[in-house]
Amino acid sequence: MGLRTPLYDLHVALGARLVDFGGWDLPVNFGSQIEEHHAVRRGAGIFDVSHMGVVDLRGPRVREFLRRLLANDVARLQLPGKALYSCMLKEDSGILDDLIVYFLDEQWFRVVVNAGTRSKDLAWIRAKAGPFEVAVQERSELAMLAVQGPEARTRLAALLDPAAAEAALGLAVFQGRMLGDWFVARTGYTGEDGFEVMVPAAEAAGLWSRLNELGVQSCGLGARDTLRLEAGMNLYGSDMDETTQPLDSGLAWTVAFEPTDRQFIGRAALEGARSAGGGRKLVGLALNDRAVMRSHQRVVTAAGDGEITSGTFSPTLSRSIALARLPSAAAAPGGVVEVDVRGRLFAAHIVRPPFVRHGRAMVEL
Amino acid sequence: MSNVPADLKYARSHEWVRELADGTVEVGISDHAQHALGDLVFVEVPATGRALEQGDACAVVESVKAASDVYAPLAGTVVAVNEALAKSPELINQDPYGAGWILRLRPADAAAKASLLNADSYAAVAEAG
Repeated sequence: MGLRTPLYDLHVALGARLVDFGGWDLPVNFGSQIEEHHAVRRGAGIFDVSHMGVVDLRGPRVREFLRRLLANDVARLQLPGKALYSCMLKEDSGILDDLIVYFLDEQWFRVVVNAGTRSKDLAWIRAKAGPFEVAVQERSELAMLAVQGPEARTRLAALLDPAAAEAALGLAVFQGRMLGDWFVARTGYTGEDGFEVMVPAAEAAGLWSRLNELGVQSCGLGARDTLRLEAGMNLYGSDMDETTQPLDSGLAWTVAFEPTDRQFIGRAALEGARSAGGGRKLVGLALNDRAVMRSHQRVVTAAGDGEITSGTFSPTLSRSIALARLPSAAAAPGGVVEVDVRGRLFAAHIVRPPFVRHGRAMVEL
Repeated sequence: MSNVPADLKYARSHEWVRELADGTVEVGISDHAQHALGDLVFVEVPATGRALEQGDACAVVESVKAASDVYAPLAGTVVAVNEALAKSPELINQDPYGAGWILRLRPADAAAKASLLNADSYAAVAEAG
């Protein structure tokens, strides 16, 4: 038996097919993964993401600490509630995790980390926090739900009192705020608009059921994966890990090299890699034949072999899409490579992710 | 609990076999198998006329999650394939024992059917995972 979120009993009652995900028993689907996927692109769906780690960091020097800890720069967070996506690197620039950090007030930031890395992350953060006198508190008493899709925000707002609803609907993209006991943020992992909501564990099942009553589709990890891949978002452990760094993981845009005097962990190694050039790049691939690219398949290019890091069938585009790490010399968008799918080579086009955003195809097929 | 019709025979590798009046057999994958695979997106069927040994990989069913081979439950010659699956692979999810059939075989040896499992035995195999 694996770890269970506060929504486990409800998932079972709803007929979810459960799988082990990093030690957690979580729904992979509630019937049809493709229907769940389309519900999020066209209406609204709800995901249990309570397995993710919510960590509060408090203290007068918390901003200074995070400017050292993270490759992106929390100096960019000036509006209360604003969020930033960042990698947390080792000294050698290997990616320990990718995370979202929220600026709540000058003494309080909240970080959301991946489930599979949460204990490693906590140990790392605690070790680095000491000199800055930052208190590190894991908020495992909270459940987290993601409500995603073009109708997601109005569905959730319908459950709030008028003042809270107005505040929730007034949130900017990548901004969150406390609404009573709840933390509501306009973030997600699907390429659609929506909210991620942290609530006390005891309130999670009631919230889920009320959203179902409003027509919000229960969704599992299967749809979460196809949605995030269409959105061109990396999955930690598949598209990146401690052996890769942001520049070869499609995440150069998340590294704040300016100002040049900010000494974040991993900076020296990353600058070395940047000036050396070459190396590898993470790109998008789209395949027009009737075959599905899968992780670890070999990609044949003129500059040597690369590898699929995530591949699937895209329900929105009705063809296979993938992220792949290729030799930089063969990674330019518009190029064509070959992918070894079960012993046969298929031509795939290099494209710039995202593949799908707000329900619309973003790549020429 | 998955559906295991009593009037069919089964292979351990999760194919079902239906005996037809003309001496051929219809083959598909079980409800348990389609459920484990999840939503199917592509199905690759063999050429009509192809001769198969028992256990040959003869079709591929690919879902959002993974690709799986379908194995010939009996030796024989492919006499028909379900062309509708090219456009509508989801027929296997929706109706695995009916509209989701994959191919028809003329068995090389009529007696070989005795090697297949009955519904109760297959249900036990499927239950065990």
